[in-house]
Amino acid sequence: MKVEIMLKIEQLKARVKDGPEILKGIDLEVNAGEMHAVMGPNGSGKSTLSRVIAGHPDYEITGGSISLETPDGPLDLLSLEPHERARAGLFLGFQYPLEIPGVSNRTFLRAIFNTVNRARGNAPLDPMEFENILNSKLELLGIQREFVERSVNVDFSGGEKKRNEILQMALLNPKLALLDEIDSGLDVDALKAVAEGVKTLRTPHNAVVLITHYQRLLDYLLPDRVHIMADGKFIRSGGSDLALEIEERGYDWILNSKD
Amino acid sequence: MNEKQTAQEMGGEYRYGFETEVEADTLPKGLTEETIRLISAKKDEPEWLLEFRLKAFEWWLEQKEPTWANLHYPKIDFQNIRYYSAPKTVSTLDSLDAVEPEVLKTFERLGIPLDEQKSLADVAVDAVFDSVSVRTTHQDLLAQYGIIFCSFSEAAKKYPVLVQKYLGSVVPVKDNFYAGLNSAVFTDGSFVYIPPGIHCPVDLSTYFRINAKDTGQFERTLIIADKGSKVSYVEGCTAPMRDEHQLHAAIVELVALDDAEIKYSTVQNWYPGDKEGKGGIYNFVVKRGLCKGVNSKISWTQVEAGAAITWKYPSVLLKGDNSVGEFYSVALTNHKMQADTGTKMIHMGKNTRSTIISKGISCEKSSNSYRGLVRISPGAENSRNYSQCDSMLVGDESFANTYPYIEINNDSSTVEHEATTSRLSADQLFYLQSRGLDMESAVSLLVNGFCEEVFRTLPLEFSVEAVRLLEMKLEDSVG
Repeated sequence: MKVEIMLKIEQLKARVKDGPEILKGIDLEVNAGEMHAVMGPNGSGKSTLSRVIAGHPDYEITGGSISLETPDGPLDLLSLEPHERARAGLFLGFQYPLEIPGVSNRTFLRAIFNTVNRARGNAPLDPMEFENILNSKLELLGIQREFVERSVNVDFSGGEKKRNEILQMALLNPKLALLDEIDSGLDVDALKAVAEGVKTLRTPHNAVVLITHYQRLLDYLLPDRVHIMADGKFIRSGGSDLALEIEERGYDWILNSKD
Repeated sequence: MNEKQTAQEMGGEYRYGFETEVEADTLPKGLTEETIRLISAKKDEPEWLLEFRLKAFEWWLEQKEPTWANLHYPKIDFQNIRYYSAPKTVSTLDSLDAVEPEVLKTFERLGIPLDEQKSLADVAVDAVFDSVSVRTTHQDLLAQYGIIFCSFSEAAKKYPVLVQKYLGSVVPVKDNFYAGLNSAVFTDGSFVYIPPGIHCPVDLSTYFRINAKDTGQFERTLIIADKGSKVSYVEGCTAPMRDEHQLHAAIVELVALDDAEIKYSTVQNWYPGDKEGKGGIYNFVVKRGLCKGVNSKISWTQVEAGAAITWKYPSVLLKGDNSVGEFYSVALTNHKMQADTGTKMIHMGKNTRSTIISKGISCEKSSNSYRGLVRISPGAENSRNYSQCDSMLVGDESFANTYPYIEINNDSSTVEHEATTSRLSADQLFYLQSRGLDMESAVSLLVNGFCEEVFRTLPLEFSVEAVRLLEMKLEDSVG
């Protein structure tokens, strides 16, 4: 079977505008159907990596490239605005999803669904048609209907916010989903629900990159590849057993054995 | 190419900026007693109305312009304005044929068809072009209910008893500088009377269009809701793009008798001037409602998105026991626009309640102030007010101010005031962009959310218009 490369990052370097370099040369290849985990201690640059891939305006790229596979061939993500990256099939699940007061979740979900689908050449759906799709996703992810009546993320619990991210991911059907600390601040039940959601959405034609500090998410989601990040670089990559080793021994043994 | 496209291309970002060439009957610039006599004569007014004007003028001459507002503009030369301009062929309001075709086309281009066949089914429209009303639709339907909806000039002749009883009863001639000026020189506007017990079956609407150069518009609107009646009234306005400033100084008086309810909504889109602050309408407006009867209710909703200067405080005098006053406002300023707007809630009756929800959005180099007074009189026992004033800054060169004045003169009443100022957050924008929304869509979603509490009080088709209007303005500021 031909292996399809979904995301390819080469020697990516970036810094906060006018600040010190945070990413110091990242290489990453994610194939269709794969799930990767990027792990590392706080301050290693994990979240920066996800935000740089999605195009956060606070960062400046100082070197390297990011390309995303699309039906029209590989796309140079760094030349695109954040919304263009999303339309091309990238999704960033936020560690801290933002609140949008006064906008109902339903309105928001329909807006992003139609926008992204229009960009992919599909006609926008009317409210009734969208409602059917929304219902099927709610059912798939086991989310209560009242979820969509509330303002986007306003007064949502930590777990609800994260599930709302997964709901958005389900609707936007990305090629590549970056999930930034999707497990942080969740109790066991919420964690399970989120992990189940991610599992449900996996297909042989998309890929997931989990960014996480702890191994516990990986109890539920088994990654194909694990990358350990420290000081802006991947210092070790391996299979899922690498995550278990981190769980047992912490990060220090790798950090210390680096040289 | 249809008319609307042409208008958009000509107007650029301000799609209503076109001018209509029409032969006009115009007074020369300047303001003297003679000007007032001429206006009154042109309108063939009864003697008492001329007296009313002259008394106002005499008082006004002694007055000075107010300077307390947070507004900065060169002194207005009141002698350099025309106080009357009317398209020549308007002679009678009975037939569409009597209206100059160019004027009809103008309103059609503005999306306000005056032809009964084409007009909106559930909105009756009074169309005012410069100094005159050119057409009022749905007359037959309204007559069935005994509802009077006509131009002010017509009302002064046909219903002198009602007009005389209520004109100036809510906004006295000597209320303030601009009230005095308007009372002296007002030209046209709408008159509404809803008989006892009648719930007006359609929204009533007046559309004000300034067209003639150097001309001020001084409209006067009077709405009376008799006992147990109910009406929803909507006002819209636009003007051509010009390099010179033009003055608009209106008075709106509302009277609600026992158990009556008036809902007054405005979507204000006067030409605001260009990016450098050249041109635009100076909008000095006195709007006030009197809850005269018990259990009456007056509700103001305004979306202020135009005009170079806005000076406007739609207020409610809560005289009847258990009466209710509401003020919902969205004021958006961009370029170099300045808005000083808010409300006054004067509680006089017992158990009176008022709600103030104000949302100010300032973009670019504009300045946006909320100014509001809540006064609880000694006799207004057990009264309540709730005020919420939120400001949103877009960009880092704009200004937002809040000036709340609160006077409580008894122990049994409560007043709550909340205020917030926020900046359109870059993280919120990034969140929305990362979901595929471009910058403009992201901003408009955030702003619509910010204004939602106000928009939901507008009649449906006008809330759609208001949302579209804000989106257009924001595109220009953010894009």
